[in-house]
Amino acid sequence: MAKEILVGKASDFKEGDKKIVPNGKTSEIGVYLVHGKWYAYANLCPHQGGPACEGLLMAKVEEVIAEDKTYQGMRFNHDEMHIVCPWHGWEFDIADGQAVADRKWSLRKFEVEVRGEDVYVIA
Amino acid sequence: MELPTSDRYHSMSVDSFDTEKLLTNAARQRDARNLNDFPIFDADAHHYEGESISEIIEFIDDDILNHLARANPGIISSGRGGYQPMGGRITRYPLRKIEETPSDGTHRDVHLSRRWMDAMGIDYIGLFPTGMLGIGLIPQVEVEVQYARAYMRWLTEKILPSDPRVKGYVFLPFNSPEAAYEIATEFGDKEGIIGFLITSPRYKPVHDNAYMKTYSYIEETGKPLIFHSGLNWNDPLMSVTNRFIAAHALGFTLYNVIHMSNWICNALNERFPKIPVVWTESGLAWVPWLAQRLDNDYKMRSSEIPGLKKLPSEYMGDMFYTSQPMEMPNDLSFLESTFKMINAETQLLYASDYPHWDADMPCTIYDLPFLDEKAKRNILGGNAIKIFDLDVSDRYPNYKAA
Repeated sequence: MAKEILVGKASDFKEGDKKIVPNGKTSEIGVYLVHGKWYAYANLCPHQGGPACEGLLMAKVEEVIAEDKTYQGMRFNHDEMHIVCPWHGWEFDIADGQAVADRKWSLRKFEVEVRGEDVYVIA
Repeated sequence: MELPTSDRYHSMSVDSFDTEKLLTNAARQRDARNLNDFPIFDADAHHYEGESISEIIEFIDDDILNHLARANPGIISSGRGGYQPMGGRITRYPLRKIEETPSDGTHRDVHLSRRWMDAMGIDYIGLFPTGMLGIGLIPQVEVEVQYARAYMRWLTEKILPSDPRVKGYVFLPFNSPEAAYEIATEFGDKEGIIGFLITSPRYKPVHDNAYMKTYSYIEETGKPLIFHSGLNWNDPLMSVTNRFIAAHALGFTLYNVIHMSNWICNALNERFPKIPVVWTESGLAWVPWLAQRLDNDYKMRSSEIPGLKKLPSEYMGDMFYTSQPMEMPNDLSFLESTFKMINAETQLLYASDYPHWDADMPCTIYDLPFLDEKAKRNILGGNAIKIFDLDVSDRYPNYKAA
């Protein structure tokens, strides 16, 4: 049966913030506010079990290729933010939790509910 | 400490860093799998000897080099590092600077090693340097020799005596065959030394007659000879690549491919049949490739390698391999095939490579569905205990080889 975990006050979060909350005794959930939306993922990387949510939040890196197919460099795409596991660098799309290098892998996703001022994650 | 990120809105500030905290999930894996029930040896762990460079320089006897190194330690460095942390994504790289360790006389490297060993359930480690992996590329042979001797004195006086769980290897300054022999014999019997190390990024043929007396000495000791690979982005061939991922994936494999090929094609397995030769940090997928290439050519050109008495692949199956960075394909039947080809149950040694960026946890071996419990325990510790002749009675008084 699903349980509700109180994360904290919505007003305590600013853009890009995260909070890692216990989910029982041996696991955690990372809760994020990114581009005005709430996300929650298990703090467990599907690669080797690293604490994915304890890592950086980084913008997607894109290649810049001109119309004539020549390489022009790289740039950050801030519209797509990635959770980066600090153990090995696996990157996950904040929007759906999928590993960007191989979308067959993903972080376990949880629903977030904001009721009044309170933020809950449904685990 | 502010960690570098892609933009100012998603910054990350960290006040303290603790390896044990970072590895909380590793400790959970350890407990869930009962990894403390049997010995685990990590055949390829690392320390950052460069962080202790001022200590090591104290052991350089040569006055001129000692002065030059004190003035600028960079002269005893060769590589183009800096890309391993992936722009700070691997947070333990920048954060290790703020990790605190007790000032109790035990070296910081030992304190840090114990933390991650305990978290992962690792009982013993074979410790390798980091920056020194590229020292064979320094053009001045005498610098490699002086640095190797200083490092070995520092390692055997300051690091290894602190903890019997931490083992080391004799760093051979291979670009000087005479010095390699001298250092092998000087340090081969020191406390905590379990083998001999040739760092693979270098341009010396391992079959040169000048090395035979060193190999003979190593064979007499019964200790393994380890080829630890690395990368050299300045290699003319590697310099064609423009991304670290390519230089890393290729470089860490190719140097061992070259040395392995020379070892086999000059029948060194026949000349030194009792040396356990260990190929380290090249992953595993290259072994089936090279074995098939050499076998195919050998069947046509055996007259070129008259010293062989069996197929190259059979010699390769007699040698040893450390697991990391183990390729983990989505289709595990590929990996299973590799394990079969290298006789993994007896020839494979678990290695973490921690704290480097592509480190492998013990569960990378323990969770493989095609291994039985005995094979898992052999790979995680039993095989290493055998070839390194390790005494594990301090932690496992009733240990018996499987």
